[in-house]
Amino acid sequence: MLGIGLAAAAIPMLMLVAGLTESSAFAFHAVLGLLAALGAVLFIGNRCFDGRVLPVPQEIDGKPNYNMGPVKFGVVAAMFWGIAGFAVGLLIASQLAFPALNLDLPWTNFGRMRPLHTSAVIFAFGGNVLIATSFYVVQRTSRARLAGDLAPWFVVLGYNLFIVIAGTGYLLGITQGKEYAEPEWYADLWLTVVWVVYLLVFLATLAKRREPHIYVANWFYLGFILTIAVLHLGNNLTVPASVLSPKSYIVWSGVQDAMFQWWYGHNAVGFFLTAGFLAIMYYFVPKRANRPIYSYRLSIIHFWALIFLYIWAGPHHLHYTALPDWAQTLGMTFSIMLWMPSWGGMINGIMTLSGAWDKLRTDPVLRMMVVSLAFYGMSTFEGPLMSIKAVNGLSHYTDWTVGHVHSGALGWVAYISFGAIYCLVPWLWNRRELYSLKLVNWHFWISTLGIVLYISAMWVAGIMQGLMWRAYTSLGFLEYSFIETVAAMHPYYVIRALGGALFLTGALIMAFNLWMTVRSESVDAPASEPADAGRLAPQLVPAQ
Amino acid sequence: METTYHALARFAQSAGLLYFVAVFLSVCAYAFWPRNRSRFERAALQPLQED
Repeated sequence: MLGIGLAAAAIPMLMLVAGLTESSAFAFHAVLGLLAALGAVLFIGNRCFDGRVLPVPQEIDGKPNYNMGPVKFGVVAAMFWGIAGFAVGLLIASQLAFPALNLDLPWTNFGRMRPLHTSAVIFAFGGNVLIATSFYVVQRTSRARLAGDLAPWFVVLGYNLFIVIAGTGYLLGITQGKEYAEPEWYADLWLTVVWVVYLLVFLATLAKRREPHIYVANWFYLGFILTIAVLHLGNNLTVPASVLSPKSYIVWSGVQDAMFQWWYGHNAVGFFLTAGFLAIMYYFVPKRANRPIYSYRLSIIHFWALIFLYIWAGPHHLHYTALPDWAQTLGMTFSIMLWMPSWGGMINGIMTLSGAWDKLRTDPVLRMMVVSLAFYGMSTFEGPLMSIKAVNGLSHYTDWTVGHVHSGALGWVAYISFGAIYCLVPWLWNRRELYSLKLVNWHFWISTLGIVLYISAMWVAGIMQGLMWRAYTSLGFLEYSFIETVAAMHPYYVIRALGGALFLTGALIMAFNLWMTVRSESVDAPASEPADAGRLAPQLVPAQ
Repeated sequence: METTYHALARFAQSAGLLYFVAVFLSVCAYAFWPRNRSRFERAALQPLQED
């Protein structure tokens, strides 16, 4: 009732904004919001009349009546945004190699497409994977139905509305110009509402758990949700120029703003791309390997050490800037210390297979997840190294950074996500196995080749670029003009685009495989269970 | 005259260090406390149990 009221109240307000604003892009977003509000009114209204019994039973025959609808939606959305984001990545990689692909249009310019790519892969693909897996894992490990009736749907649908507003905004030229925090004030406010509901749904589900202990994966999810809320608020304390304008100004100024931005930016890596996906590791690797985590005690130390250290590492993005020297050193020191919990977690994940290493040969899904941990170890070794001031002097502003980010993003985040989705789809749609493990194998090898081409091209290009920038002649002049460094990188940019094309090909194979899995025959409900219970509780199939 | 910066920095460099070491030691104590062993062993099996 509250939901329908709020959505209905939003309609005239959004109409007013759409009619009065001078920015056509802002009017477009108001209309998008309007359509979403209308959709919400229809959706909620329809639910009131479709004759379902309310409240939905928490248990059926003594088993938790899990709410998997929002999880399914998140998985499908993740696959959709993933392919869109990889495709835009391939496009901008090609634009860097062949600038004519900018098409001389404002909407397809690299400057607008690049945030579209980063947000699509991090927030749209990664975010949907995190929301879907967190809703799955918190239910399964708490043995309780997801809290709230409409709230979980509000979280997944509201989050995806935020993605659409953010992405279309970039193309229309609406941006705060802060890396990974580009969406403007109204999108940020909307995300704040969605995120608070997300936190409440997660906490309320934990509160009604039927297990005495909160499993470690939920600790990581909780760390991720809570910290992202704080980061988002801190870095987006903006004052809009007017309610009718998409433009806003941040309350921080100068170096404080820069520090806030990188405190946010680095912890987006630390808590969104690391803690959240470590939660996936702590549930899906043991589940797929059918063995408990190597050391539960290590996982506790891993969690607390990781979150206490990560939050201080941001200043390493501002070496040799106006930021006070001690703050730079502090950021560097904490980044180096971070190596320990990172590797502790990686070892914990990989050693879970101890005594069952043969599964790496037979199960390509598990192999994908273990290789993701190897990439995690590699990029969390490289990261502290690059945070050292002397190394950073060479690497910063070069494509080495881009290579580092992609070894983490493609190798770690995307691979652990692919692994989780490969596990989830048969469980959620109640299928015995994936359509084809052979296709998973193809996906694995094609995209691994793509990652290797990508990151090695960027290492060579980046280090070359850094060395060329700092080369002096015997007379003390710079040896190379800027355009000479750009020309020298052309072949590596072509190789990088090729790597991206392979990675995208792998994802398309995956989408086909998942589609065929969903289309295949459902597992018959076991005889011991009533027919309808099989529909409500997903069947779990051990790894083969 | 001592500046606010120096006062803050001295506090952060001493108390901050002690605070972090204390937090780390208490986490280790919690994780390795003998009485918690069975609890954590049961928790580790949580994802593998079917309902």
